Amino acid sequence: MTALVPLPVILPLLGAGVTLVLSRRVRAQRVVSSAVLVAVVLVAAILVVEADRSGPQVLWIGAWPEPLGISLVADRLSSLLLLVSAIVALAVLVFSIGQGMTGDDEDTPLTIYHPTFLVLVAGVANAFLAGDLFNLFVSFEILLFASYVLLTLGGTRARVRAGTIYVIVNMLSSSLFLIALAAVYASTGSLNLAQLSGRLDQLPSSVSLVVQLLLLTTFAIKAAVFPLSFWLPDSYPTAPAPVTAVFAGLLTKVGVYAIIRTQTLLFPHSPLSDLLLWAALLTMLIGILGAVAQSDIKRMLSFTLVSHIGYMVFGIGLATAGGYAGAIFYVVHHITIQTALFLVLGLVERRAGSTSVIRLGGVARLFPLLGVLFFVPAMNLAGIPPMSGFLGKVGLVEAGLRTGTALAYALVVASMVTSLLTLYAMAKAWNLAFWRTPAEAHETARALSDPEGTEELVHHRDHVHVHGSIFEARDLEEARRVVDVEEAEVLDLHQLLERDALPPRLPVTMVAVTGALIAFSLSLSLVAGPLFGYAHRAAADLLDRQTYIGAVLTGGAR
Amino acid sequence: MTANTTLILTSAALIGCAVYLLLERSLTRVLVGLVMLGNGVNLLFLVASGRAGSAPIIGAEPGRASSDPLPQALVLTAIVIGLATTAFVLAMAYRSWQLTGHDDVQDDVEDTLVRRLAEADEASDSFDLTHDVQAGDMPEEEGQRA
Repeated sequence: MTALVPLPVILPLLGAGVTLVLSRRVRAQRVVSSAVLVAVVLVAAILVVEADRSGPQVLWIGAWPEPLGISLVADRLSSLLLLVSAIVALAVLVFSIGQGMTGDDEDTPLTIYHPTFLVLVAGVANAFLAGDLFNLFVSFEILLFASYVLLTLGGTRARVRAGTIYVIVNMLSSSLFLIALAAVYASTGSLNLAQLSGRLDQLPSSVSLVVQLLLLTTFAIKAAVFPLSFWLPDSYPTAPAPVTAVFAGLLTKVGVYAIIRTQTLLFPHSPLSDLLLWAALLTMLIGILGAVAQSDIKRMLSFTLVSHIGYMVFGIGLATAGGYAGAIFYVVHHITIQTALFLVLGLVERRAGSTSVIRLGGVARLFPLLGVLFFVPAMNLAGIPPMSGFLGKVGLVEAGLRTGTALAYALVVASMVTSLLTLYAMAKAWNLAFWRTPAEAHETARALSDPEGTEELVHHRDHVHVHGSIFEARDLEEARRVVDVEEAEVLDLHQLLERDALPPRLPVTMVAVTGALIAFSLSLSLVAGPLFGYAHRAAADLLDRQTYIGAVLTGGAR
Repeated sequence: MTANTTLILTSAALIGCAVYLLLERSLTRVLVGLVMLGNGVNLLFLVASGRAGSAPIIGAEPGRASSDPLPQALVLTAIVIGLATTAFVLAMAYRSWQLTGHDDVQDDVEDTLVRRLAEADEASDSFDLTHDVQAGDMPEEEGQRA
């Protein structure tokens, strides 16, 4: 079965090559990339079963003698995440085919979407399977590069601005990762995770603390853990809907996976658990407070994404079997639900012309199906029983109560507050965008965009200027101009209705696949028992370490 | 293992300058900063590889210890990745210049909108900041009520 291990990486890469060659034949591209992703889902499913039944599947690439080559490892945790991310990636791909990402939308150049998307999937799969730190670095670079391209598709003004921040932050975190790698290699002479787990134990604690901090900082940037989360809400929302959806589902979770893997395998006696718990607390609360303040639902969801990363870090910080199991379950839940929500917003944007609560109103009455499609995952995200969001939170809260320290109790309280505030943010989006009438929305929007508002901005600029703040007048001027242009061009829903200028009906594929993904997220509640059982077994493996090390280094090379 | 002080100092200088450049607003300068950062980090790998020796080819110079080949392979990978990202950022800076006439990193439009909403909301601190609420107003009113 070990022959299957590299397939989730190889197949998408091959597919990327083939679709690049087929760039003139849109239909062939679609067939190839869908087929590749279906194959990856199947392989991942077999790996899940196999890893659960007969332990971690290990492959040393190129048949080099054991500690020398590059190893790919599919244990319970990796293969589960691989399966979920492959399913989600397939759903997003079908959605974007339905949307015509490969068609005649002038914002999105057709030929490169499929190859880039497949490279992204290959990078994500490689990150989950990587058996050594440098391979992990390379897979981060693969998936980041694909994401740079996807984020700046079409090169519009907003996307270039968003892409700038995203690319620079990620290049910086990659450099930090390289510094960490140099430090690890200098102190231990190896980069293989299984070997390192033995060798890092023997280092002086100060040295291993430096290494741990460097790695944690790197992964915390990727996973958007506060205070390193500022880049995410700035860069995700401007991308095309399916791109935002797949980023929100997969990319941050790769960072979370890397934190879980390194914390358990390399630093089992971590002195930084409390630090992680504090980070989790702040990520949850500050993320959700940011979400409450937003007027664009896409941005609101980007902030809830940051906030809910806090739940996973909470589980990791507890460093108990229950904590890790809860975190693993939550990752699975959150990958599906966050992607589903962004896809629904893609539908709303396409049908009603906007995702801003200032411009929307009455979506639920006009398009009841969209209302249902938004309501169900929104409630799931907030954690309404008996949906998977609730079950995941219960798992984490239980683990927190069992740990029983003051900080753990604080986190239990914070996670409940966050859950309530998520509900509040979702209710706000629901009330404004889906429930009130379009005419009401129009009135409020007009009141907001009065000339008075512009004056305030000018006033604000002078104020800032006088007080010598870091803002330069030119930038605010620029921003105001952009805001004005945007408001002049985009009509709100009421105006669209009045002028009978609503966008055309949604393609069936898009709605169907979004519905399917939401059904999948609901089915997580049905299989919650077995899934939690699996997560507990995965967590036990993580804490035991010997399962992983023994499977990778059969010859006893430590 | 002995560490090479010259390499460490050079690397520190490069990374220090890089951090300074990264704090600039112009994308081109940020890019120069990132390139310097990459070079500084690559030097760290040479430090990590330990004492320099002969070329790491079996039988090339018998009797002399060879250099550790692995960090060199790692650096090579890092250089290739760095080249590609540099090209991408350059393209982005050019695109930004095409669109706006400069390559400064812009303020976020949505942030401006949220700030504007906050200013329009009488209950928020931003409202007080922008509307020059008289410092004496509030207590006086309360005093009258009392």
